[in-house]
Amino acid sequence: MIYLDHNATTPLDPRVLESMLPFLRGAWGNPSSPYRFGQEARAAVERARSRVAECLGCRPVEVLFTGGGTEADNLALRGVVRALRGRGRHVVTSAIEHPAVLRTCAALEADGCRVTQAAVGADGVVDLAAVERALGPDTVLLSVMHANNETGVLQPVAELAELARARGVPFHADAVQTAGKLPLRLATLGPDLLSLSAHKLHGPKGVGALLVRHGTPLDPLLTGGEHERGLRAGTENVAGIVGLAEALALACGTAEAEAARLAPLRDRLEREVLAAVPGARVHGAGAPRVPNTTNLAFPGIDGESVVVALDLRGICASTGSACSTGDPEPSHVLTAMGASPRDAQGSVRLSLGRDTRAEELDVVVRALVEVVEQLRAISSL
Amino acid sequence: MATTPQSTPETGPETQPELPGPVLYYNETVLEHFTRPRNVGALPPADTDGFGLVGDPFCGDQLKLWIAVRDGRITRIGFKSFGCPGAIATSSMLTELARGRTIDEARKITDDDVIEALGGIPERKRHCSLLGVRGLQAALSDWEARQAADGTT
Repeated sequence: MIYLDHNATTPLDPRVLESMLPFLRGAWGNPSSPYRFGQEARAAVERARSRVAECLGCRPVEVLFTGGGTEADNLALRGVVRALRGRGRHVVTSAIEHPAVLRTCAALEADGCRVTQAAVGADGVVDLAAVERALGPDTVLLSVMHANNETGVLQPVAELAELARARGVPFHADAVQTAGKLPLRLATLGPDLLSLSAHKLHGPKGVGALLVRHGTPLDPLLTGGEHERGLRAGTENVAGIVGLAEALALACGTAEAEAARLAPLRDRLEREVLAAVPGARVHGAGAPRVPNTTNLAFPGIDGESVVVALDLRGICASTGSACSTGDPEPSHVLTAMGASPRDAQGSVRLSLGRDTRAEELDVVVRALVEVVEQLRAISSL
Repeated sequence: MATTPQSTPETGPETQPELPGPVLYYNETVLEHFTRPRNVGALPPADTDGFGLVGDPFCGDQLKLWIAVRDGRITRIGFKSFGCPGAIATSSMLTELARGRTIDEARKITDDDVIEALGGIPERKRHCSLLGVRGLQAALSDWEARQAADGTT
């Protein structure tokens, strides 16, 4: 199997699994228990918090563990909006956010908030002027992702942070697709809140974190015990948290080297596909992107058909668009970039990872050329 | 190790178990018709007695379908499709079901017939099979219109 869907999930690193096992076997105590057996688990959670803080350039107190990236996004959006309900009811976001943000914004709208979605350019980069225009006196939160999951296009978080800071508006960035791929420092990156997910960086599923810059107003979603400073009640997923910290430490140590290895592999893959497949394009090619992601457009054929045909050849790829999920809507990301619904329907995302080798990509290019040729022979367009 | 049974007594062999979650899974027959679709391609204009062009209102899928009719029977049929594996496989199976049939028999082919012949299709892909049936109906109507036109000239 050739796995090119690392933006969906990544294999658990064996070293991460090893780090987790003691807390699934012997050290299963409750971190909130007063005896030494519980304190063993508490120490592991706090050690993990320190490691995460060290990797991501923040203080341990600024790290909140959650049940994944989606929960981190929900906590950031709903938590800030609730904490600032006395100040305003307006949220600014972008048109290309992950559903974890977009649908949470829709839920906030149903609860009486006003939400403005800033447009993106044809290159997939959010329009800074549109964000600036959207920010108003009653705006309580700006939420724009660090890198888009479908195209890999990086968003100008430093500039967005400046716009938000000038107006005293907290800024949240979903960094699920950049944590572990790029060197990140909360202190200097810009956003006040940063979401990340362990399973996107060779950690376990079901655990993530929200980094919250000291002083950022935030209310909890889950109430109960005093876990996570009262901001996320529930007995800690000790093994998961330990796994997240281990995975992040491993990824942060190699992020720059991996980025330097993957970017030329991805670029060569794109060059070869573009050379071999007439009419093929790369969505977001003109913008800075995370080094592992490419979103290829094959006009005249359907992306899901490409994905299924690749699957039958042992290659795992994905499409964010159209019928692949049974959802007839074409990708909101690609249509926001100006792609026609039919162009959006013909797109395929390949996302490379730590285990990707150059020889595999040669196989993938050959398979893609064949598959596209076969589907075009059938196509009515 | 205990496993959860995949099928219930009500699940007949012709229905595909619907796996929970957003992703769709196709059975072997559907995948076979997707990878080796039957009757692909346009008929030459001189041989074409009816043509249908339909789009799926649920997604961007499109189907073109050509038929040749001799003595009230579909003797040749061809299709081209822009769409997902469900659209390609159901169109392929539809052409197999329609080839050799009389006009009346072809008129009566339903989306359920196509789905049954394929051994089932994911519930959210049912609209794909309707595309093929609508394409055939359009080609048959086109044939009828040409017959009527020939009769009046």
